Amino acid sequence: MGFLDRFLKAPSWGVHPEDHKRPAADAPLRLFPSPERVFMPLSQHVGGAARPIVLVGQKVLKGQLIAEAQGNISAPIHAPVSGTISAVGEVTAPHPSGLPFKAITIESDGQDRWIETDPLADPFAATPEEVARRSALAGVVGLGGATFPSAVKFALGKRLKVGTLIVNGGECEPYLSSDDRIMRDFPEQVVDGARIVMHAIGASEALVGIEDNKPEAIAAMRKAAEPYPEVKIRPVPARYPMGSDKQLIQTLTGKEVPSDARAAEVGVLVHNVSTCAAVHKAIRLGHPLVERIVTLNGGAIATPGNVYAPLGTMISDLLAFVGLKEAPSRLILGGPMMGTPLLHDRIPIVKGASGILAFDAAEAFVPEAGPCIRCGNCTKACPMGLLPLEMAARIRVGDLEGAEAYALQDCISCGCCAYVCPSHIPLVQYFSHAKGELTNAERTKLRTDATKRLAEAKTARIERENREKAEAAARRKAEREAAKAAAAPAATPVAEQTQGASA
Amino acid sequence: MLMSVGSLAAMGLALGSVLGVASRYLAVEENPIEAELQAMLPGSQCGQCGYVGCAQAAAALAKGEAPVTLCPPGGKATAEALAAKLGVKVDLSKVSDSGPQIAEVTEEICIGCCRCMKVCPTDAIIGAAKQIHNVIREACTGCSSCVDVCPTEALGMAPIPVTLQHWTWPKPASAHS
Repeated sequence: MGFLDRFLKAPSWGVHPEDHKRPAADAPLRLFPSPERVFMPLSQHVGGAARPIVLVGQKVLKGQLIAEAQGNISAPIHAPVSGTISAVGEVTAPHPSGLPFKAITIESDGQDRWIETDPLADPFAATPEEVARRSALAGVVGLGGATFPSAVKFALGKRLKVGTLIVNGGECEPYLSSDDRIMRDFPEQVVDGARIVMHAIGASEALVGIEDNKPEAIAAMRKAAEPYPEVKIRPVPARYPMGSDKQLIQTLTGKEVPSDARAAEVGVLVHNVSTCAAVHKAIRLGHPLVERIVTLNGGAIATPGNVYAPLGTMISDLLAFVGLKEAPSRLILGGPMMGTPLLHDRIPIVKGASGILAFDAAEAFVPEAGPCIRCGNCTKACPMGLLPLEMAARIRVGDLEGAEAYALQDCISCGCCAYVCPSHIPLVQYFSHAKGELTNAERTKLRTDATKRLAEAKTARIERENREKAEAAARRKAEREAAKAAAAPAATPVAEQTQGASA
Repeated sequence: MLMSVGSLAAMGLALGSVLGVASRYLAVEENPIEAELQAMLPGSQCGQCGYVGCAQAAAALAKGEAPVTLCPPGGKATAEALAAKLGVKVDLSKVSDSGPQIAEVTEEICIGCCRCMKVCPTDAIIGAAKQIHNVIREACTGCSSCVDVCPTEALGMAPIPVTLQHWTWPKPASAHS
């Protein structure tokens, strides 16, 4: 299938929402002035939380390690500003629950002094393991939103002998333009990062998929990739969710990732454009991941655009920087389709924060849900080929196993079904609820099994102790009797002695 | 005519008596479902259900004398599994009300008497003589045996704290149900 055919034949799945990317995407990138105080959360990635290694009152430089990775899947955290550690406490997590999580607070000295860095002059002369090690130490995680530690993915790609690296520049979520901006402003960083990742996983080609609603980014990336024929820029039709890895892989390579398999098992690995740029900085400059581009967009914002900000900056500081026209009716971290609703703005930005959306009342309006009319629009829109109406009907009456039988676990929570639903049924919330409940049931089962083992172990131990006590008592009794028997014919002083010994 | 009626009646009588004898002499002593039910229960023998242990509770369940919601440490998941096994309908709204609970030591009043450690069925309490005791959350089944033996009321039951890992989206409120 040629490129032209593919281009003409738009995918049958997905939706095409109004993208709302401009004018924010066209506004030049602004540098956020160093914040007074940053809150650096210890779990900004998938896997174990990092362990703090600094003390309150300690002076740190920008880029200094402040919390180290814990466990196989984890990432370290570095200071995003220079200053003094003022607390190791809790801050509200960017999570729909509004629950707190652990974070290190740093008072900035306003000087942004970098720690001495250790760049690698020629990454292509180094071993792939060395590249992966340095990426892990720099705390690079997937910046598309999944925040999976990149070095773990490199090792997986190397082990499964992945031939193709897919660089995800889809950015299909409406309103967001942070990836667009990084491709327009730093295309050489993205291309170099992609080549370093190719070296790390042993891939022979890199396909950069960019949605065709970003012509400036495509032009900039084409220019930057010109000297490297192995890096191919591939415009893809703008269709939500093109930025989802399974959909992008299918569009670019024609391969379909099986339901229970990972992308690496069909010979491809997907990395986001921002992740590639972060790898470039980690290897070529020795800079750990402490800053990122954040899109600030939505009807409530006075000057929407992209901001280059240190991680750990409070969302309230960012909103004050771009100005608010009105109090936002809804705050969202990420895109409007899959993003996380936030309860308030005293929440720090994290590694996976691609954008902050502040919606005005009109944008935040949610129509009331009506009954399902079984029109089937959701099944046409679902990019995973599922039946959202059937799953939701079962979850509504509490039949979670029934929903599971309709492959609920394959749902990627993209929100296409809820977007097209004429009855405005909150389908994704049904699926998120069911997935959470099923995970909890599984966890409870594991816990019950574990406590059962503990209870059995305790019973066995008590039985053994009782048996041993009884045996010891019997042994002592036998000894005493033997001694008595031996002492009986002997003289009286000896009998007295044994009595004394046994007393 | 008479011949066929007579032979059928004789056959019925003979086969019926065989069945009657078989039901008396070849009867299964124990209900086989008991073992399966017991395997589903937590096995911590805590006695919160009112029976001596999990085996007795399973026997009562098999006879239909106890409701499937009898096991507080097992919670909703166990009640659901038991209901599915026994083929009965169950109203789970009451089970989720209290929510799973675990023991908690108030450190200021603990005198380190070691009594709670001894009764804990899963060894979930750590401590030593005259040292403050503590509960290992992951191992506690919420059986509350320790609460009864504590001489200073330092032990109490508290709901399992909700963390980011355990939080789940609520079910959407549907106006059209």
